[in-house]
Amino acid sequence: MAELFRADKKCDRALLAAVLVITVLGMVYLYSTGAYYGQARFHDAAYYFKKQFLAVSLGLTVMAGVSCTDYHLVTRYAGLIYFLSLALSTAVLFVGQEYNGSKRWLALGPLSFQPSELAKVAVILLLAGVISRQGNKRAGLLFAVRIFLYVLPIVALVATNNLSTAIIILGIAACLIFMSNPYYMQFVGLGGAAALLAGVFLAAESYRLERIAVWLDPENYDKGFQTIQGLYAIGSGGLFGTGLGGSMQKLGFVPEAQNDMIFSIVCEETGFFGAVFLLAVFGFLLWRLMLLSVRAPDLKGSLICAGIMVHIALQVLLNVAVVTNSIPNTGITLPFISYGGTSVVFLHGEMGIALNISRQTVHRNP
Amino acid sequence: MQKNKIFHRRKVYLLFLVFVAILGLLSVRLFYLMVFRGDYYSDKAQQLHERERPIKAARGLILDRNGTVLASNEPVCTISVVHSQIEDEDEVTRTLCEILSLDEERVRKKVEKVSSMERIASNVPKETGDAVRALKLPGVKVDEDYKRTYPYDSLASRVLGFTGADNQGIVGLEVEYDKWLQGTAGTILVETDAKGVDLPDAGENRIEPVDGWNLTTSLDVNMQMYATQAAEKVLEEKQADSVSILLMNPKNGEIYAMVNAPEFNLNDPFTLPDTGENKGLSGDALQDKLNGMWRNACLNDTYEPGSAFKIITASAALEQGVVTLEDSFSCGGYRVVEDRRIHCHKRTGHGAETFLQGIENSCNPVFMDVALRLGAETFYNYFKKFKLFEKTGIDLPGEAGTIMHDLKNIGQVELATMAFGQSFQITPIRLASTVCALVNGGTTVTPHIGVSLESADGSYIRVLDYGEGERIVSAEVSETMQFALEKVVSEGGGKNAYIEGYAIGGKTATSQTLPRSANRYIASFVGFAPADDPEILGICIIRNPQGVYYGGTIAAPVIRGIYENILPWLGIEKAPVKEDGSEADKIVD
Repeated sequence: MAELFRADKKCDRALLAAVLVITVLGMVYLYSTGAYYGQARFHDAAYYFKKQFLAVSLGLTVMAGVSCTDYHLVTRYAGLIYFLSLALSTAVLFVGQEYNGSKRWLALGPLSFQPSELAKVAVILLLAGVISRQGNKRAGLLFAVRIFLYVLPIVALVATNNLSTAIIILGIAACLIFMSNPYYMQFVGLGGAAALLAGVFLAAESYRLERIAVWLDPENYDKGFQTIQGLYAIGSGGLFGTGLGGSMQKLGFVPEAQNDMIFSIVCEETGFFGAVFLLAVFGFLLWRLMLLSVRAPDLKGSLICAGIMVHIALQVLLNVAVVTNSIPNTGITLPFISYGGTSVVFLHGEMGIALNISRQTVHRNP
Repeated sequence: MQKNKIFHRRKVYLLFLVFVAILGLLSVRLFYLMVFRGDYYSDKAQQLHERERPIKAARGLILDRNGTVLASNEPVCTISVVHSQIEDEDEVTRTLCEILSLDEERVRKKVEKVSSMERIASNVPKETGDAVRALKLPGVKVDEDYKRTYPYDSLASRVLGFTGADNQGIVGLEVEYDKWLQGTAGTILVETDAKGVDLPDAGENRIEPVDGWNLTTSLDVNMQMYATQAAEKVLEEKQADSVSILLMNPKNGEIYAMVNAPEFNLNDPFTLPDTGENKGLSGDALQDKLNGMWRNACLNDTYEPGSAFKIITASAALEQGVVTLEDSFSCGGYRVVEDRRIHCHKRTGHGAETFLQGIENSCNPVFMDVALRLGAETFYNYFKKFKLFEKTGIDLPGEAGTIMHDLKNIGQVELATMAFGQSFQITPIRLASTVCALVNGGTTVTPHIGVSLESADGSYIRVLDYGEGERIVSAEVSETMQFALEKVVSEGGGKNAYIEGYAIGGKTATSQTLPRSANRYIASFVGFAPADDPEILGICIIRNPQGVYYGGTIAAPVIRGIYENILPWLGIEKAPVKEDGSEADKIVD
């Protein structure tokens, strides 16, 4: 048990710095963006900021604690966490709170909790454990299918009310399966099959095809309103932006600007350079996670770091792609930046695990 | 424990590289959106954020010939509510009702109506508007506006006209010159949030309004006031329905004064005189009454000109050469035309007289004879030549046309009655304009009030051009008419217009209105001075006077009273008293 708390070695300072920088930027952007709606709805410009501040405080505390807890201890309970997330995701179907037409929240007194955020962490921990335990039998398509079956229940549960998060979970699973196996070509085939499936899935319901039509020509559809308002905000930014607080589009034009569309306001206020700076910080964060994955003391740690990297990467890429109308609209938040307490707490928790892994890295030349 | 193998690492690299590559692509996409498409999207966004708010232009002033202001503007406020911004509907309703003393029901409806903007009250005095603004009630907007004001209240009411709630002209010059007077509204482009609330710090994009052009008229406040007093005096004395007085320059058609007593108050044009029959009117009945009150009888209504029309008959006959002033006639008190006995106003007859004496006596049989000498077709052609079928083209709206027989319907009886101004109708302004031409040397004039328009900053002046006159009688005939009409005043029926030392020409008229059985009369007098070179021509029309109704008795003194004061004002000197007949000798030579 002496090995459980390994705070003796230094953690990855660069990763910690990147997390803190993104957290602070997130708070600044959130204050700027949420002020209008906060004032309009709650007569308090800092309403969203205060709530997010509490969540970030909790998140940083969790991060600090987790970073001092051996990740092997955490993964020992991976199965339990996974079942907990299944249970909570089931509960939300029956007693969940509805907001903006989606039942995604569980009320815990004054706090609310989004089980789908837990599901992402749970899947990363579960798969890292399962794959690393398989040893040499991991190769093969059958194994991939088995792992896929592990995550299917949670994907199905989450997909009922939050398709976007389900896609993220599937993506994380797919990437971890891809890593578990030395081959490449079978994944090309798999990718093709997935694309075909997605096509059928889209065509099955006309409203999904409409989404494509809106994507291609958002200005001529009512449902393209959010997208168009986001594009107006982005286009208004120019190279240098209108300055922090200078956004016009956040004044009720971009709906719920503090949520999924916050990146458009970042573009408007900080311009192209500010937006690319934020993306660069995310890139740096991914790079540090990639290095940790390579340097992790064992396959489990490596897979956890890779899973976290995939999680953050998928959300950043999909969010920015949606906001810039590069892909059809789907609701995905920007990690650390968008408003949402549950998300922030679990992201910081994941960072805590990554930081703990960084304390245990073995130095080898990649 | 499983080791981290090389293929694991390779795959992590690969995933990372794919992610970074996509991040790069998204940055390129951002660059495209923010730099190449930036103008397009920011323009669109700008349009979305900006609301246009009009800034009213001040309406142009109306000035008299000496620059005295007849119509100007007073700053007022328009108060409206923006539903989406109201926080406390009850408070807003209560406060607005209290300050503006409005009906609560009506205000509440507007406050509760879900619309972008509802106007609660316009033309609110500026102090009241400022008071409302000072309360800073959310959702209540106070906009600056102008209200038209008329410093002389009722002076020349039907000439000037007035404006409606949207600053548009309703009658008179305000309509005729509306597009010049109105100016061009400016706009303020304000930035608003999605609810349309103005952003206090946002830079304003302002397009300044262009104020309306100022209209200088030929009216003279002093003459107008004096004529108004004279009209009101005779209106009162004779218990008449109405009195019109028109003073104009017979040489160029400029109108100095146009009075229709009783006038109405331009600052309160929607209130009828406080008489019993006007009480409790509403809807169409009220509107009809108001329209009636706003009519300018000098040009919107026609009447039978009566004996004043003999000026025209005489001019036509002289021009045609069918008569001279010395021709002899005889009046037995009537003429039998076809089967009709048409009387002279002097039932006992004038006996033997020359044409000049016929004019002085306003003898109907003489003029019947003259008209019969002319014949229907020739007389009708003179109507045409003297522009009697045309509108004068005065710069006021709603000029009425002449009501006249068709040529084929003019029999002897019609011809005989037309000779002394009966059986057809013309407007007073038409009569005055034609008489102007007949006594000014023989050329037509376009009666008008507008003289020039000047842009508010004084940088442009547009002098209104009414064109050259057209000769309708020879100078000789015109001179003969000046002489004959002077005789009417100095020796004939118009002697009540005579002023010692002035040569005044004129003609009286007394016409009975239709139906003849009602015994209602119109007494009038047309007079000009100086007779040999007229500088001013005036017409006074008294409708339905009680008691004595002869034009020569009641209308001629009105013009005399006005001329006694106005002729010196116009700088027309009294002539040294001449020997009797000296004027006549000159003409006869």
